[in-house]
Amino acid sequence: MEGKNLRTVYGETLAELGREEERLVVLDADLSGATMTKYFREAFPERFYDFGIAEMNLVCEAAGMALSGLKPFVSTFAMFGAGRAFEAIRNSVCYPELDVKFVFTHAGISVGEDGGSHQCVEDIALMRVLPNMKVVVPCDGYETKKAVRALTLEPGPVYLRLGRGGGSLVTEADSVFEIGKASVLKDGTDVVLIACGQMVWEALRAAEELERRGVSAAVVNMHTIKPLDAACIRYYAGKCKKLITLEEHSIFGGLGSAVAEVVSACPGAELKILGVRDSFGRSGPAQELLVRYGLTAKEILTAWESMA
Amino acid sequence: MEIEARKKARQIRRDLLTALYRAGSGHPGGSLSEVEILMALYYHVMKIDPKRPDWEERDRFVLSKGHANPALYAILADLGYFPKEDLAYLRKTEGHLQGHPDRKKTPGIDVSTGSLGQGMAVACGLALGAKHQGKSWQVYALAGDGECQEGIVWECAMSAVHYKLDNYTLVVDVNGLQIDGATKDVMDLGDLEAKFSAFGFEVLKVGDGNDYEALCEAFDRERAPGKPRAVLAYTVKGKGVSYMEGQAGWHGKGLDEEAYQKAMEELKEVL
Repeated sequence: MEGKNLRTVYGETLAELGREEERLVVLDADLSGATMTKYFREAFPERFYDFGIAEMNLVCEAAGMALSGLKPFVSTFAMFGAGRAFEAIRNSVCYPELDVKFVFTHAGISVGEDGGSHQCVEDIALMRVLPNMKVVVPCDGYETKKAVRALTLEPGPVYLRLGRGGGSLVTEADSVFEIGKASVLKDGTDVVLIACGQMVWEALRAAEELERRGVSAAVVNMHTIKPLDAACIRYYAGKCKKLITLEEHSIFGGLGSAVAEVVSACPGAELKILGVRDSFGRSGPAQELLVRYGLTAKEILTAWESMA
Repeated sequence: MEIEARKKARQIRRDLLTALYRAGSGHPGGSLSEVEILMALYYHVMKIDPKRPDWEERDRFVLSKGHANPALYAILADLGYFPKEDLAYLRKTEGHLQGHPDRKKTPGIDVSTGSLGQGMAVACGLALGAKHQGKSWQVYALAGDGECQEGIVWECAMSAVHYKLDNYTLVVDVNGLQIDGATKDVMDLGDLEAKFSAFGFEVLKVGDGNDYEALCEAFDRERAPGKPRAVLAYTVKGKGVSYMEGQAGWHGKGLDEEAYQKAMEELKEVL
């Protein structure tokens, strides 16, 4: 699992699930080689449907297939799924509450060289605002595998967000994963670091450094943005009083905003939201971009210094 | 039969206009133009059972031009999907008849629509799902001609042909008008027959799309294997009410007392 990118894990897990669930069909928009639904396509060509470069239609066709009794998974890039096809997802899937799973890849700045037009840092906000929609952002390969499996058991629409790359392993093969239940990776008393996706790894690194400085930092892997585990946030807002969120997404409308919606009712709690600051991305190697856009452990340490 | 159909069409028009009058808002023009199309599908063509709206083997209908649902509601009530009295609560908070079709609220509605272009694509997915599972039911979608300005219509058309959906019928209610005026002035659709043919559809034209018998005859024709079918029904927007016929202004306007009484007078039972 180490070193495997999450898209590959997704594609392989889909192919496994194909053997277990006959009604599972996979729909893509000419990106199966990038979203890695190609693994399913190769295993079950008769259950794979390509709709070409036409994302609104892709979403609506999936809605129809769900209504016919099938279990569609829909994949494309986050930019074109959550972005271009937003209103089709809203009106043709979420409004009628249909059983369609969206797994969009290439979310975030770490898309890298393809640049700002393809680096979607708005998708969590777009999907989170939709009634009936659930939003899951797995942090590593093990969690991706569990999340994809969990999707098949979850009724109604779900959005699973994947980046282009992989990132280091944070969880283990037998870690518990439950949609809607935050996983506390490390307890602490001075500050809680709440992150999702590959930013969880950065949060862990920041917590290690804080420990060296004598600061007790808790780390929460908030893999489900919606339904949000508000109880976990309230617990740490009461215990630590200081919260820092980090996400590979705009600071507007994503994980930080979701946490703020809970923290706003927690007296005495202070929150810093870290992420992409009202900006589009640009071309460059993923690691350089993550540094440039402030998506690192270092940023958390700076934020902590301003709070302490 | 023809006389019966005409009587029924008048009744449906009275019912839908009464519902719109009580609602105080809604879309009379496109509801009146599509009455015979819906009648042909619901009273002649489709395999349905109003007592079992969820019957697995039923044919599916999708009103892609969702704003024109008063005509559909009037027919569903006439068939007994829900009590006719419910029509009095169209667009009202205490009713189940939404301003645009909602599958979660109204018995007999298979697909929630309202955002133009999407319904026919969902219908296409239904037809593909049926094929995938070896189901024999047919899928019918009804779109407006103005609706065909949406890009998704042609995305959907490509995929219906690509996947050889000969269980899919797209009916276009070509009434020539949309909110801002004539379709040819707002954004000319050009030759719809040539367009759908070029995409690979089997295209049937019904010159008088308000002729029930002609519509039934078109729907009954043997299908070209492996091809989706487009039925272009050339209708009159506002059909049946003299002052609404051919008037874009009646696309989305409620009826006041005077307009309503005049319409009822024109549509009264002829013995």
